[in-house]
Amino acid sequence: MGKKNLLSLLILSIVVMILPLIINNPYYLSILIFVGIYSLITIGLSLLMGYAGQISLGQAAFFGLGAYTSGILTTKFALSPWIALIIAIFVTAGVAFLIGIPALKLKGHYLAMATLAFGQIIFIIFNQEITYTGGPSGFGQIPYFKLGKFMLDSDFRYYYFVWIIVLITLTLSLNLIHSRVGRALRSIHGGEITANIMGVNTARYKIDVFVLSAVYASIAGSLYAHFVTFLSPGTFGFSFSIALLTMVAVGGMASVWGAIMGTALLTILPEFLRIFHDYDILIYGSTLLFIMILLPEGFFIGLFNLIRKGNLPQSHLLKKLLETRR
Amino acid sequence: MLIIRSLKSFYGRLCALKGISLHIRKGEIVGLIGANGAGKTTLLNSIMGLLSSKKGEILFFEENITKYSPRQIIKLGISLVPEGRQLFAPLTVMDNLILGAYHRYQKDGKAKIRADLEVIFGRFPILRERKKQPAGTLSGGEQRMLAIGRALMAKPRLLLMDEPSTGLAPVIGREVFHIISELREQGTTILLVEQNAKAALKIVDRAYVMETGRIVAQGNPNDLINNQEVKRAYLGKEYKKIWE
Repeated sequence: MGKKNLLSLLILSIVVMILPLIINNPYYLSILIFVGIYSLITIGLSLLMGYAGQISLGQAAFFGLGAYTSGILTTKFALSPWIALIIAIFVTAGVAFLIGIPALKLKGHYLAMATLAFGQIIFIIFNQEITYTGGPSGFGQIPYFKLGKFMLDSDFRYYYFVWIIVLITLTLSLNLIHSRVGRALRSIHGGEITANIMGVNTARYKIDVFVLSAVYASIAGSLYAHFVTFLSPGTFGFSFSIALLTMVAVGGMASVWGAIMGTALLTILPEFLRIFHDYDILIYGSTLLFIMILLPEGFFIGLFNLIRKGNLPQSHLLKKLLETRR
Repeated sequence: MLIIRSLKSFYGRLCALKGISLHIRKGEIVGLIGANGAGKTTLLNSIMGLLSSKKGEILFFEENITKYSPRQIIKLGISLVPEGRQLFAPLTVMDNLILGAYHRYQKDGKAKIRADLEVIFGRFPILRERKKQPAGTLSGGEQRMLAIGRALMAKPRLLLMDEPSTGLAPVIGREVFHIISELREQGTTILLVEQNAKAALKIVDRAYVMETGRIVAQGNPNDLINNQEVKRAYLGKEYKKIWE
């Protein structure tokens, strides 16, 4: 995994463990829980996009599948949340596998369109299957997780629960990236035909990583369902897929660290911008714009390189802008 | 070791190879020369299994590999140095080389791969110096060395090389040819595709000349160099004579 990653992992673990002891505000704590839940999805998305080079605009649908399967099984069929979580993983993985076989034969924009269409179909199903999903108004009273006698119903407890899962997922993902499989994934990004000549089974790896990212999203969905205890389709629409994509891009596509940082930034930033009242969206938008112009490799990766090398990374957009001004 | 019998390859309905037959013996360098569009690269892609719509037979050590996938073929010991600079540009030199050994990584284990890496670094010292650098930042010549090194990491019994000297400065091009003859001395069998017929004919044992999907001449290099058919296939000399 490399010393740098181990060290970063250690630092992150310490920060994560100490943070709730400093922050006493339950509202801030709940935001940090959401950061953890969304990080699970973006880590998966970063593996899919940053490493294997495949785009997905349907990640919110996998998130939704996990959440709804968990929610429906626990409320309508009175299963334990743990069993529901595991069934949700299998359901989502199965769907991702079936979608992946035809969709991953497509490339670039076409793959984006296919996953987008898939996301829309799932969104429509959530809205129309009223007997199970409650339709547009959703359904509630989803039970909390139970750890032995511990009910995970307080934000404080749930925070640790979520972040331990995030740290485990992160460790597994880092291990994957630095293995033979990780190299194979990056080779697909570099050139699919060339990867084929090396003997990499590109078709299978693409599906595998697609399913893996869906599984991460499904786990995040279950965690979401048993935390918020209420689900409605609005959360899992197209705009959330785009938000996830933005988090990964802002953090730095080619790094799972970037994915977590981007998620944290984009989830927390709007909360700070509340003080600007009506102008918050404007400032939020321009912040994103500036990040993408000045640091196209992603905010944190770019910033890191800036500190290390002392110069701005080559930004073609910035160059173009400066040229037109002259 | 490799026998091809009346191989026809298709791009959709277009027939790019119109019945190719050739053979390669163990330890040989066989040249394959011809002008642009003759079907040389298509032939290599067909052998590698990258082109699946084909008729005829490809036998490798008496095994019919015509319908095999690239993965199965590389496992049998055929490796391709692709044309141009088809490296994994954002990955480091090291990662590129290790990817070359991808298909035997689990079977042979890390220690053996390390030892093979040392052999490659011994042959191409420049790659050792640049092993942490992204492959895309190397010079053209270095990239070609890396492509060859990567193919060698697969431990091929037969090495297919697609125009290894194209697009390089003449000095570097000569160095590439020098490396190829060295490889032969170490017992690697090579199928060399080249546009630079003169240079190629100097180092090969036998050669085939291709034109529009057919083999139009074959033989030992000395005969071919003066062969009318070769000159015509390449330069269109006959037209020049008519003009004059």
